[in-house]
Amino acid sequence: MATMLQLRYLAHARSGDKGDTANVGLIALEAEFYPLLVEQVTLKRVARHFKGMVTGVERFELPNLSALNFLLHGALDGGGTLSLKTDAQGKVYSTALLRMEIEVPNRIAKHARKVYA
Amino acid sequence: MTERKRTVRIAAGQGFWGDWLEAPVRQVQGGPIDYLVLDYLAEVTMSILQKQRSRDPSAGYARDFVSQMERILPDVADRGVRVISNAGGVNPRGCADAVRAAANRLGVGERIRIALVTGDDLLERLDPLMTEGESFANMDTGRPLSDVRDRVRSANAYLGMMPVVEALDRGANVVITGRVTDTGLTLGPLVHEFGWSADDWDRIAAGTIAGHILECGAQSSGGNLLRDWRKVKRLEDVGFPIVEAEADGSFIVTKHPGTGGVVNIASVSEQLVYEMGDPANYITPDGIVDFTTIKLARAGKNRVRVSGIRGRPRTAMLKVSVAYFYGYKAIGSLVYSWPEAFDKAQAADRVLRKRLKALGLEFEQILTEYVGVDATHGRLAGAPSPGIAEVMLRVGVRGPDRAAVERFTREIAPLVLTGPPSVTGFAGGRPAVEEIVAYWPALMAREKIEPFVRVEMV
Repeated sequence: MATMLQLRYLAHARSGDKGDTANVGLIALEAEFYPLLVEQVTLKRVARHFKGMVTGVERFELPNLSALNFLLHGALDGGGTLSLKTDAQGKVYSTALLRMEIEVPNRIAKHARKVYA
Repeated sequence: MTERKRTVRIAAGQGFWGDWLEAPVRQVQGGPIDYLVLDYLAEVTMSILQKQRSRDPSAGYARDFVSQMERILPDVADRGVRVISNAGGVNPRGCADAVRAAANRLGVGERIRIALVTGDDLLERLDPLMTEGESFANMDTGRPLSDVRDRVRSANAYLGMMPVVEALDRGANVVITGRVTDTGLTLGPLVHEFGWSADDWDRIAAGTIAGHILECGAQSSGGNLLRDWRKVKRLEDVGFPIVEAEADGSFIVTKHPGTGGVVNIASVSEQLVYEMGDPANYITPDGIVDFTTIKLARAGKNRVRVSGIRGRPRTAMLKVSVAYFYGYKAIGSLVYSWPEAFDKAQAADRVLRKRLKALGLEFEQILTEYVGVDATHGRLAGAPSPGIAEVMLRVGVRGPDRAAVERFTREIAPLVLTGPPSVTGFAGGRPAVEEIVAYWPALMAREKIEPFVRVEMV
């Protein structure tokens, strides 16, 4: 049995910028959660999540840190000093990714909600 | 043969220009350290400093650094702490002179040996280099720099750790540089202390990661830490990170005892992924680092052991950061209150846009955000609650025409009496027109830059 769960209960994250690209480093809260991130927080799903907000996505795996790194191109409205956005440097794009829901086994969902709520 | 230290302690003092002013002195006095590294330079900082220097030839460096140094110089003189900083900006000589004057004033001048690193500044060399065929093609767009040459404000190569090593080898206890990479400031003392070879790529990579963990100050010791953020205690006394490095390239990340914040695997991991690109190919002037080889392990309270780091040879190119004048921008805001706060803010935006259009004002972009509704997460935030207490309308414009941007700034205040109701929050007055200096990244062969790099004792 599986249930949908927001990434905020499964991962923490930090983001930064490089020009008009924001990065989001997504780090599993427990090593056991990492395979779920690898399997479900795919390039395609992240691109769909940010549709209309970014022009392209790349994904990299860091199993040593139980982390995925995403590059969100065209995310910062020009970036750097050009951008008119509140979040011109993409500092909180990380939290926008944590809104995404993925399918997780009930056992993990119950545990994650209890420990990380 | 000189005796090599077993453990070298390097402390972070500033993560950017504007960081906590109390941090450097706390790092120096809070416990034993060998080096204090202070990073002041972000991508756009150089152009701001260039602008200051064009008005005053003695300016162009991070002035904060000098007042910080006044508090630290006695410890540098008495306790052998050595300071390394890129505070020199576009005028490292002026910065060194100011620190020298402060040291003399404090009566420690004889024991302060300042090294000054120059050669990163390419502004004067730009035209000859372009004549020789250097295009400084923009790394993102491919455009040649000739497209914006007449608007260039500053141009600096990112230097690596080499001049820092030379300065320390020559006995400096204060090293002041211009655009040396953040990571080079930390790698330099490790290479100096341990005698690592510049082509010992794994150790170069390890020292670079140590630098990456220190370069943003408290962001690796509990500041801006998302995981378990409520459990991060005493951020008012946050301890900035300290690296305790070993000759084999492994190191411990920690902070002074009794300070606030936290150093754990989560705090180090969040810093490691900050501003990350392709993790297997983190390119610096000193080598290429593979972040997928980093091993983290808990090594006691507020202690994380970092090891296993692998690197690869450096490239033949250095990155060049050019800053050029782009245009103007201004951002105005007003706050609308319940009831129907979001509807009122949206109605005000429509009124504003119609007025701008009627005035015939043209902009490259007009951006509207509703703070409290969509400013940070866009549509992902969903619709706001109908009972939302207030919404901030935030409108920005950008364009080449200063007069148009100026006129825009005069259209915000009138909305208070001529637009939708329940509006406040205009105490700040008319928004400022800001000059936009944009960033132009390029690459250049290192052999055209490195022969110009000089280390001088002043």
